Amino acid sequence: MSAVLDTPGHHEHADRPTGITRWLTTTNHKDIGTMYLWFSFTMFIVGGIMALIIRTELFTPGIQVVDPDRFNALTTYHGLIMVFGAIMPAFVGFANWLIPMQIGAPDMAFPRMNNLSFWLLPPAALLLITAQFVPGGGAGVGWTMYPPLTVQAPMAMDLTIFAIHILGMSSIMGSINIITTVFNMRAPGMGMMRIPMFCWTWVITAFLLLAVMPVLAGAVTMTLTDRHFGTSFFNAAGGGDPVLYQHVFWFFGHPEVYIIAIPAFGVISQIIPAFARKPLFGYTSMVYATASIAVLSFLVWAHHMFTVGMPVEAQLYFMYATVLIAVPTGVKVFNWVATAWRGSLSFETPMLFALGFLFLFTIGGFTGLVLAIVPIDVQLHDTYYVVAHFHYVMVAGALFSAFGAIYFWLPKWTGKMYDERLGKLHFWLSFIFFNVAFFVQHFLGLAGMPRRIPDYAPQFAEFNMISSIGAWGFGLAQVLLLYIVVKTIRSGKPAEQRQWDGADGLEWTHLPTPAPYHSFETPPVLK
Amino acid sequence: MASTTQSAGHYYLPAPSKWPITAASAVLCLGFGAAFAVNQMMLGYVLLALGVAIFAFMLFGWFGAVAHESESGLHNERVDTSFRWGMSWFIFSEVMFFAAFFGALFYVRVFSVPWLADIEQKLLWPGFAGTWPTAGPGFEGEFSPIAAWGLPAINTLLLLTSGVTVTLAHWALKENKRGALIGWLAATIALGVTFLFVQIHEYGHAYSELNLKLSTGVFGSTFYMLTGFHGFHVTVGCIMLSVILGRSIAGHFKPEHHFGFEGVAWYWHFVDVVWLLLFILVYWL
Repeated sequence: MSAVLDTPGHHEHADRPTGITRWLTTTNHKDIGTMYLWFSFTMFIVGGIMALIIRTELFTPGIQVVDPDRFNALTTYHGLIMVFGAIMPAFVGFANWLIPMQIGAPDMAFPRMNNLSFWLLPPAALLLITAQFVPGGGAGVGWTMYPPLTVQAPMAMDLTIFAIHILGMSSIMGSINIITTVFNMRAPGMGMMRIPMFCWTWVITAFLLLAVMPVLAGAVTMTLTDRHFGTSFFNAAGGGDPVLYQHVFWFFGHPEVYIIAIPAFGVISQIIPAFARKPLFGYTSMVYATASIAVLSFLVWAHHMFTVGMPVEAQLYFMYATVLIAVPTGVKVFNWVATAWRGSLSFETPMLFALGFLFLFTIGGFTGLVLAIVPIDVQLHDTYYVVAHFHYVMVAGALFSAFGAIYFWLPKWTGKMYDERLGKLHFWLSFIFFNVAFFVQHFLGLAGMPRRIPDYAPQFAEFNMISSIGAWGFGLAQVLLLYIVVKTIRSGKPAEQRQWDGADGLEWTHLPTPAPYHSFETPPVLK
Repeated sequence: MASTTQSAGHYYLPAPSKWPITAASAVLCLGFGAAFAVNQMMLGYVLLALGVAIFAFMLFGWFGAVAHESESGLHNERVDTSFRWGMSWFIFSEVMFFAAFFGALFYVRVFSVPWLADIEQKLLWPGFAGTWPTAGPGFEGEFSPIAAWGLPAINTLLLLTSGVTVTLAHWALKENKRGALIGWLAATIALGVTFLFVQIHEYGHAYSELNLKLSTGVFGSTFYMLTGFHGFHVTVGCIMLSVILGRSIAGHFKPEHHFGFEGVAWYWHFVDVVWLLLFILVYWL
């Protein structure tokens, strides 16, 4: 075991530049993971501020703080920035930090390409933010970017399209890196059915990304040529169809939901066993369930567009196929509950977020089933019920899982322990205000309030007011997260090598705390 | 970092490198440049040119570094396997990119065009027959598609032959016959470049005589986007083959260690297969 320990000072800084050059040129998976996480947090704040402007506008009926065009642009870029700028990079950051450590590898398979995957993100973010300020303002087309609106939108749309191309390149390179690392860089004895669940979920996610990011690139390319080069993909007069875009987009868009959710499942599958002090229940079934979800995710896309006027046979097929996803998802939830069952449970912050995830993600899953039922969806389509549904999946699902991961691995990353009391406070504030913000949106949707609209009828006023208070509370609670992380880095108490008794990954059992700059220069010896 | 002093048993980890951030700067210029250029802003063209220049500089530097590392024996079998996985998944992502456009072609032919001609649309588009090829009910004027069994068939032959020649080059490399390797590679490039010239000629013919343009309804859209992106990939493939040719002349590659060559050959075969699908689905049927 001593062979794997990188003694401090031992060729640690040999040819590692310092200052900004270190970050610009780094080929180290931990440096790159750190950059991903800080970038993600920055975008989380930017997207969060947009959300708070939206909720402030919706605090009372009538137009208050932004004009309707700006409001539409805000909902659009809030969605794009949160999905592509905050949540996806957060999980790529975790993948960078953790996968080499968890499989006993020295680094990622392609360290330079890894650097490029990260450094493509700031140009894309810059394009998305600049889009707010070019002539014509931001493109208020919704994050789904449906034509014909996108074909008529101002030039901000072009900046958005190229931002998406760049984000796609970044995701594709990141995915190639992750998939190659897990397939090819495992320590001897680390068989595919022994790797931690987090690595498995990322392999599957990387496959999904490779399959659908190019399709999204195709969709926005068609939008671009329809805008500027006279093509007729989405123009009925030329024989095309605006609905074609929706098919292509959702062929990307539905797997995208799982691209966000599946690594979150992976994190939860690491946290719950650690705090139940039991191995993960049903590892093999977990792998197969995750793979099934991934395969099914390609076959259900049109449930996002039940109201476009598709044949009833298609509606029936997409409804049944969608409901089928509940089966592997049920397997996963069952396994998590069974892992906790009769475990020696303790409730530190990561576990609280994992349990919060379990409850709230399941609610999001159930509302998803409700929306999958065609006759109900026809009523609820484009209402706040949909907004509530996907925020339960994205925020209480993916984001809570990311918070859990931060608290779980922060001791390993920084070598210091966060303030448990503040961490729990962060959890409870997030948990309560999240539900205040989003639970009431189910009622708004059921009552018929449409989404993406700056003004609404007076009967929706109370619930909107509650939701806005919740959103502000949730947003401010995240400042606490920043404070906790900075405090940990500056003045946290030293953490132990194996900070959590039940954590059994190689990063806990075979590497010191904080993790050395290079993980495993010689592969670990596995029993 | 033990990057350059690793023994043969270690996985090669490159030292910090300036190339990725150079690539990202190029992409920054290209992203803004393209967005401004499509809106006819002068700044856009400047940024595009700058982006292309930085990108080309980066390609030389980065790939030069990788080729140098490979020739210095830093790439052991593990690294080689990584490159194989990496290239395979990259080609998979390219397949999915083309799938989006083939999907669009399928959708317009099977759904949107027949729907535009059905009874519900008769009031809006009374004379529209909905037969393929079509430029849609709103298109004024006539156009004709390119006949499959003329130049496109010759192009098919060219590309299929180039698939054979690149395999012959590979066989020569494995038997360490340097002259044959260089000869067959040069033949492959010649076939690829000929293909591109035929394609350009065909586009010119379509624009000037057949009235088949990018703006010729959905037929022109799918035709030019599919064949255009394919032609772009052939161009990239020719550049990659030329690099491999240059490296072969410089004495790179060994019979048992030449993934640089194989990766390009895989890419070339992928481009070949896409063309076959194009020939059948775009030109012929």
